[in-house]
Amino acid sequence: MASLDIEGVTKSFGATKVLHGIDLAIRDGEMVVIVGASGCGKSTLLRIVAGLESPTGGAVLIDGVNVTPLEPADRDIAMVFQTYALYPHMSVFDNMAYGLKIRGLPKDEIRRRVQEAADLLSIGQLLDRKPRQLSGGQRQRVAMGRAIVRHPKLFLFDEPLSNLDAKLRVQMRAEIRRLQKRLSVTSLFVTHDQVEAMTLGDRLVVMHEGRAAQIGTPMEVWSKPADTYVASFIGSPAMNFLAATLVEGGAAARLANGTVWPLTDGARAGGEGRPVTIGIRPEHLMPDPAAGLLIAVELAEPLGSETVLHGRLADGTTLTARIAGVATAEAIRVSPEPGTLHVFDAETGKRVVP
Amino acid sequence: MRKKVIFRGVALPYLLLLPQLLITAVFFFWPAGMAVWQSTQREDAFGLSSEFVALENFTDLFRDPIYLNAAWNTAVFSTAVAALALGAALFLAVQADKQIRAAGLYKTLLIWPYAVAPALAAVLWLFIFHPSIGLVGRGFAAIGINWDYRVNGGQAMTMVIIAAAWKQVSYNFIFFLAGLQSIPTSVLEAAAIDGARPMRRFWTVIFPLLSPTAFFLLVVNLVYAFFDTFGVIHALTRGGPGNATETLIYKVYVDGVQNLNFGSSAAQSVILMVIVIGLTAIQFRFIERRVHY
Repeated sequence: MASLDIEGVTKSFGATKVLHGIDLAIRDGEMVVIVGASGCGKSTLLRIVAGLESPTGGAVLIDGVNVTPLEPADRDIAMVFQTYALYPHMSVFDNMAYGLKIRGLPKDEIRRRVQEAADLLSIGQLLDRKPRQLSGGQRQRVAMGRAIVRHPKLFLFDEPLSNLDAKLRVQMRAEIRRLQKRLSVTSLFVTHDQVEAMTLGDRLVVMHEGRAAQIGTPMEVWSKPADTYVASFIGSPAMNFLAATLVEGGAAARLANGTVWPLTDGARAGGEGRPVTIGIRPEHLMPDPAAGLLIAVELAEPLGSETVLHGRLADGTTLTARIAGVATAEAIRVSPEPGTLHVFDAETGKRVVP
Repeated sequence: MRKKVIFRGVALPYLLLLPQLLITAVFFFWPAGMAVWQSTQREDAFGLSSEFVALENFTDLFRDPIYLNAAWNTAVFSTAVAALALGAALFLAVQADKQIRAAGLYKTLLIWPYAVAPALAAVLWLFIFHPSIGLVGRGFAAIGINWDYRVNGGQAMTMVIIAAAWKQVSYNFIFFLAGLQSIPTSVLEAAAIDGARPMRRFWTVIFPLLSPTAFFLLVVNLVYAFFDTFGVIHALTRGGPGNATETLIYKVYVDGVQNLNFGSSAAQSVILMVIVIGLTAIQFRFIERRVHY
């Protein structure tokens, strides 16, 4: 059990700067998910916390102690790798016991702890097998078990679910969350999958090009994205963006085709003519045959209870809408639900608050 | 997946195999057969007649102190060569596998000795160890060591071991390096996070994962030390001083080519053949069983 503080961590590989100063404080027992597209620096950040890479600048503190100069072995952390990284020549038992043997724990204590973790993960019957005799899901559990038995201060997960098939992934996701809550170990989880991020994290760090674009609870990030990148990355299908200008007083936005949408949550600064980007999630568009925007539907994806429509406006802008029930029309008029519009600065992409 | 090509008839497959079969027959089965037959013969002193003596050549050998001495030499020599060549190669491979500047250059340089012919390699070492003109030889003399491998059997043995091992290091190096590079980085990182220090990582993770490679190389090195070191010994010491560096393979040459004792020489060849067949059989059995990936 420990807190983790990342203070102004930067990292450069040669002339390429991959982390531009990350600050993050994780409370004891909290699970924070770092999410971002590949190449955003999220794995590098995790490896810096693990001690597998050294930061160019900044510090990593575990329980208030600066561990930046320490070897991974001295940080009392456990990590689950994307490739599981099990020791191929050792049995499942030895894989899990390896770290404990190094710490010189007595034999019966090791046996007890491994058995406990194995029961927790229901892999008790696999203890004598070699990793190559296990399925992907079983290997994943062994990798988890190896982390659990150590009772570390910190769990680090480096995209541990991305090598599993879709069904197993959902199952393991729930299991990881359950385990983490039960053991209440401070955890840092890296993923590129926004659904994983939303469901697993107490808080999210959305990373973009080596910066933390936003840090917040999943609902904060979803309902108040800090910029257009976060807005487009979190949520599925992705948010729609429409170019617009503010009308006099900033209490409404005028789209390119002249449609005016009121901003019911309050007026934005800047007044008449300020160029903005309006964000609207597909699920917040409702059929509005009278006054809605006209979409020419190009593709309809029926999901059963609802239908995702991909289409274009008259000026060619793509728009996605999620409509309840079955929709088969070739054209549909839609309007946003009141109070669901997001306003971003057209130039910087930053959120404009009322 | 194994692909099976189906031939119609048997003529074509046999025709395709024929060159290899011919080579094996002419250069292996025929001489091997001759050796087995000759090992049961004894020629008179002038080589005019020979008589069948059954296994007497073999029983004579095992009573011959010179032969037993050669067997002991071979055991010492091959164990030392294999240990030295494997140990040095493993050490160098681990160093070259680290992320260092100009790693490619080191690798190339380390592989080079393999391209040197055995006799040339021996001459090279001769120039290094020669008591009056050799760099190391003179160095030994300068610090008061009475170094002369031409009269000191132990020193002669040490020199042929070093020269023979040096030749084999490159070969082992390539295999060890490839073995090291096939160990996933994440496994080593996992061990580091589990708390293992570099030495412990090496002995508990890297070395066990290399053990199939190491075992394969051990057999190859023993075979090398048994059979391919004739050139090195011949160029350096000619089995001397006395019989101090005379190994089994060298004694085959001495008895067959110099002493013209064909029966005994053939019997020694047959013994060596049995040894190499045994080593190969062991190797095949283990290689099929002990693979981790």
